[in-house]
Amino acid sequence: MTITSPTQAPGSVLPAPAVHRAPKRAGRFRPGAGQQLKGGPFAYIALAVVGIGSLLPLYWTLVAASHTQDEVLASTPPFLPGGRLMHNLDAAWNQAHLGKAIVNSFIVSSCITVATLFFCTLAGYAFAKMRFRGRGALMTGVIATLTIPPQLSVVPLFMLMSDLGWGGSLESVIFPTLVSAFGVFFMRQYLSEALPYELIEAARIDGANNFRVVLSIVLPVARPAMMVLGMLTFVQAWNDFFWPYLALNQQNPTLQVALGQLSASYTPDQSIVMAGALISTLPLLAVFVLFGKRIVGGIMSGAVKG
Amino acid sequence: MATSTPTRDAHTPPPSGSQRKPVNARRQTWRSRLWRFDDKASPYAYIAPFFLVFGAFGLYPLIYTGWIALHRVEMTGLDRMEWVGWANFDRILHDAEFWTAVSNTFLIGVMSTVPQLLVALGLAHLLNYKLRASTFWRTVILTPYATSVASAALVFALVFRADGGLLNWALHFVGLGHTNWANGHWTSKIAISVIVIWRWTGYNTLIYLAAMQAVPTDLYEAASLDGASRWQQFRKVTIPSLRPTILFTIVISTIGSMQLFGEPLLLEGGTLGAIGGNEHQYETLSVYLYNYGWNLGHLGPAAAVAWAMLALLLIIAAVNWLFGRFVRTSAV
Repeated sequence: MTITSPTQAPGSVLPAPAVHRAPKRAGRFRPGAGQQLKGGPFAYIALAVVGIGSLLPLYWTLVAASHTQDEVLASTPPFLPGGRLMHNLDAAWNQAHLGKAIVNSFIVSSCITVATLFFCTLAGYAFAKMRFRGRGALMTGVIATLTIPPQLSVVPLFMLMSDLGWGGSLESVIFPTLVSAFGVFFMRQYLSEALPYELIEAARIDGANNFRVVLSIVLPVARPAMMVLGMLTFVQAWNDFFWPYLALNQQNPTLQVALGQLSASYTPDQSIVMAGALISTLPLLAVFVLFGKRIVGGIMSGAVKG
Repeated sequence: MATSTPTRDAHTPPPSGSQRKPVNARRQTWRSRLWRFDDKASPYAYIAPFFLVFGAFGLYPLIYTGWIALHRVEMTGLDRMEWVGWANFDRILHDAEFWTAVSNTFLIGVMSTVPQLLVALGLAHLLNYKLRASTFWRTVILTPYATSVASAALVFALVFRADGGLLNWALHFVGLGHTNWANGHWTSKIAISVIVIWRWTGYNTLIYLAAMQAVPTDLYEAASLDGASRWQQFRKVTIPSLRPTILFTIVISTIGSMQLFGEPLLLEGGTLGAIGGNEHQYETLSVYLYNYGWNLGHLGPAAAVAWAMLALLLIIAAVNWLFGRFVRTSAV
């Protein structure tokens, strides 16, 4: 399933937000419950097998990117990285506008991430802590948009972008993704638990207007959740394929589009394609190695706190 | 200064200004009016960006798709629209390729969703044990989520290649024959499902794991007091408690599998990718839409495909709803 947003969570089908979340490491203090049994060797073996399965394709990308195509496709393929990595990276870089693509991907992903964080925190705060007419219905509307695949609107979107003069330009990829329903939902869940009413009221009594409250209270409180949402959004924007592939062209691609076009050329050299795949994956793997724990925690909290 | 803040919040303390001396009556009303406006308008201002962007780039195109579907529009002249009525729908509904794409989308959806969610459930159960380096395992299992459709599809295209593919080499090694994976009707669908399963199992595992950790411990205690084995606890306590989450992942996976695009497009790449294989054996609806609109340049039929997808989505939603009702009523 190609989820287009790191979607989860139409609230209706998940446990209510009031679900008591055990404090971190609470497992230690739980009485000998079934679910906190120690994992035996079988658990480790099974996890190791799945773990190898998860990492093997990535390793194979590296191996294939560091040999010639003939070596990769030989009747006995190589198993260790070879010495052609630099050559292949260089070739990929030159053949597919990868230099430009990497810059484009950074621009697109950063713009989307910053905008999503700002707008989703604002909206999440409004839905979590402010009372206004139509709040429930509007929140339902936000969640309902999660279920609409982008395929349903690409044809007019393409025409709209061409009308706006954004045909083939990065704006056409950035603007439709400036907000995300998942982000609104995620921030609402977080803020409704993490932000006490007392804090808002105290600021209001001190004479702060609503926007002042957002700047000096909501944003600082929301920071941890914004970090997680930011990383999820960045990964999402960086990896997005369908709409960018339709909207952008060969001269001005993002990394994923360039990669798609590289492989769609007549006789693609598989090693060079793999070098391109490596270039597009490495930045995110770095993010994962650095922040993996937080991303894992973010996905899990987004899921439970439906 | 919070003289007359008519906040409807239960938590707001009573207006404290009553004790203060009114400084300047006129200024006071102006300020309080401004204050009240701020309170009334702010929430709408904060949620407006979402609805504006969604309206402009989501809802409006969604509706406009229906209008385009009744017209002839070509990629070569986007501003020329010519009324053709139902012709576009006629065209795709009488196209065998369309129905192949519908059934492919459905089959690949089932073939990728079912094993994926079952494996994720088992993995989540394992990860719910007390483990050394549990964060490490979770991160490793989630790693495929960090890869894009494009890189995943391309590396698996190498693995599933007929000549010089890693999988065929491994099968040959254990004495199994040579398979042209992309060529076969079932094997190509298996290949695409494997890519989907690889990328999304870890993600679903974490969702299940989170739900499992929210299950109250006393339920397990009671079960083990009653002499339930681990397997029985898993079946009688864990699974029922996870029912809403499972239903949710089914919904999300189903919507996701409606959209499969990169995996089939890049499995063989080139012209074969755009038509989903030499016999359309792995062409999905998204690829079909892309082929009509962006490869052949006929946007009218492409818009009609989008509406067909909407209809399918509604059917699936209805089935899901019925299924959910069935699960709920049979739960007792």
